[in-house]
Amino acid sequence: MSGFDTIIEGVLLGGVYALFALGLSLIFGIMRLVNLAHGDLILLAAYLVLSATTALGLPLAAASLLVVIAMFVLGFVLQRLVLERVLGNDILPPLLVTFGLSIVIQNGLLLGYGADSRRLQAGAFESSSVALAPGLSVGLAPLTALVTAVAAVALLQLIFYRTSLGRAFRATADNPEIAQLMGINERNVYAIAVGLSLAVSVIAAVVLGIRASFDPSIGPARLLYAFEAVIIGGLGSLWGTLAGGIVLGLAQAIGGRINPEWQILAGHLAFLTVLMVRPRGLFPARRT
Amino acid sequence: MSVESIPIPASRKQRPADAPVWQVRVGTRLSRVAAVAGIALIVALAALPAIASRNLIQDLIFVFTMLTLAQLWNVLAGWGGLISVGQQAFVGLGAYALFAGIVMAGLDPVAAIPLAGLFAALIAAVLGPLLFRLEGPYFAIGSWVAAEALRLICAQFKSLGGGTGMSILPGELSQMVGLKAVQALLGLRPAAARDVLVYWLALLLAVLITLGIYAFMRSHHGLALAASRDNAAAARSVGVRTARTRHVLWIAVAFATGMVGAVVYLQKARISPDAAFSVTDWTAYVIFIVVIGGVRTIEGPMVGVLLLWGLVTYLAQYGSLYLVVLGTLAILIMLFMPNGVWGAAARRWQLQLFPTRRRLGRSESGRMPF
Repeated sequence: MSGFDTIIEGVLLGGVYALFALGLSLIFGIMRLVNLAHGDLILLAAYLVLSATTALGLPLAAASLLVVIAMFVLGFVLQRLVLERVLGNDILPPLLVTFGLSIVIQNGLLLGYGADSRRLQAGAFESSSVALAPGLSVGLAPLTALVTAVAAVALLQLIFYRTSLGRAFRATADNPEIAQLMGINERNVYAIAVGLSLAVSVIAAVVLGIRASFDPSIGPARLLYAFEAVIIGGLGSLWGTLAGGIVLGLAQAIGGRINPEWQILAGHLAFLTVLMVRPRGLFPARRT
Repeated sequence: MSVESIPIPASRKQRPADAPVWQVRVGTRLSRVAAVAGIALIVALAALPAIASRNLIQDLIFVFTMLTLAQLWNVLAGWGGLISVGQQAFVGLGAYALFAGIVMAGLDPVAAIPLAGLFAALIAAVLGPLLFRLEGPYFAIGSWVAAEALRLICAQFKSLGGGTGMSILPGELSQMVGLKAVQALLGLRPAAARDVLVYWLALLLAVLITLGIYAFMRSHHGLALAASRDNAAAARSVGVRTARTRHVLWIAVAFATGMVGAVVYLQKARISPDAAFSVTDWTAYVIFIVVIGGVRTIEGPMVGVLLLWGLVTYLAQYGSLYLVVLGTLAILIMLFMPNGVWGAAARRWQLQLFPTRRRLGRSESGRMPF
């Protein structure tokens, strides 16, 4: 059964990576912005949830909801005050600004919370498991993470293709000038997109914090996993991103089973292999 | 720094003897003054170990190596448009190649430095075609992933210390080329003499690479590179081989970055995968130097590295606060002074110490332009 265990573990891990990737994919799709601070923003959200549960004494669900709102506002403000000024034809300024932001957040968290590992407390939930078949049980927390990832993709798809906000997103992504002529406020669309991206990141942060301990230095690695999931899955498709996350999770689980030191490396090598064999990803969007 | 003047040939034949001629010029009067001052400064810096303290020498090794890395990143990302966040890969590869050369092959450290550069260039040549499949901003994270993969691979080599790293014993460096001569010349103990030797190597690299980049940017290859960045399709339409230009630049920068990595770790004499492939040390600081000083200028990184050195003295003891301050400063500069400190000063006072822009000017016929 150990091979089967590894596959289950990999698929569940993939759910977490897909959650990391959704926010990144979202703003790249809409505004061609690659947010190098994405991983550190996930960590910031995790620490904010931690503070809300410990300092304010809120239950985890209420704390998460509060932080979702806070991160949405932060994203909106970040776009309006900072990112908006550097978006343009030259891709250097936005990359450098988000890279600077990454270093500032990471070291700011180190100043504020110290380098110790932390964890979000979810009570009995984190250690309980469900039996899928005789002799095969799965941790409830990782399973919930995967289900959450699927739900998040479905919800984002719904927003994209069934609401007027989604129409505005797609129109702005296709052609910002013409979208403006049609009465869409481009600045607001972008700001809502960044806000939504950070709000989705809070879900990723909560899942991360329940599953494993975290410290301020692990943000960049989350960015890399998110990015790998997006590229493996293929640009422009949220379901592809979910699949990419699962492929990455599987590669890491299999590599880790062979030799624990190879877990992360196996993920990176899987990414480079996909880049070599199928540069457009495994499940690219049909639309080019 | 010679004056580049290209009289336009067609007008030369037909023009009357005393008619003015249009000429393309790059040099300015100030740039020629700067060249003379620059040579004097280099000579002074080369002679400095005769009087300077060991602390100052070590500080200046930091300044020279960071300056070189900043110049290299600037040409790659600023002029070339290849925005890499993974240059630590080549610092680390150079450093590991140096250690492997010394420990496993018994090479002389000084001879191992160019080999370390070649090794970094070789890996860059392999990775390049793969990473170039990622467009624009995705190339940035892709290069970072590659650097992380290489860090994890280097940690697998148990003979080079695995994940925890290793040190080179002073005894293994005592036979280094030139060390005895420096000891005798300056009357220093081996450890201090090694610092002086590394100092000269770092100075040499900084000067050669800065001048090399400057010559490259003034050549038609530099023009082709900038054109590929600004509009690849238009550049191709006038005969620029954009893909090849970028690939060659990527490999050349990796070669030089690898040599710098080797020089840095020759001085440290201790290596670990986390330190040699640190994104903070070898890419974040480098990017901050370039952004604060001014992207797409030769002078910018020089100003930036001096500011960084100044801030280190006051803030380095606070560790993470130092990085928060630097990062915030870089973001603010990007927002409000996108050409950096040097760029703003140059625009205000019309300064150009290393001009790369071609200007059209009239010159009287028969007279050589200055």
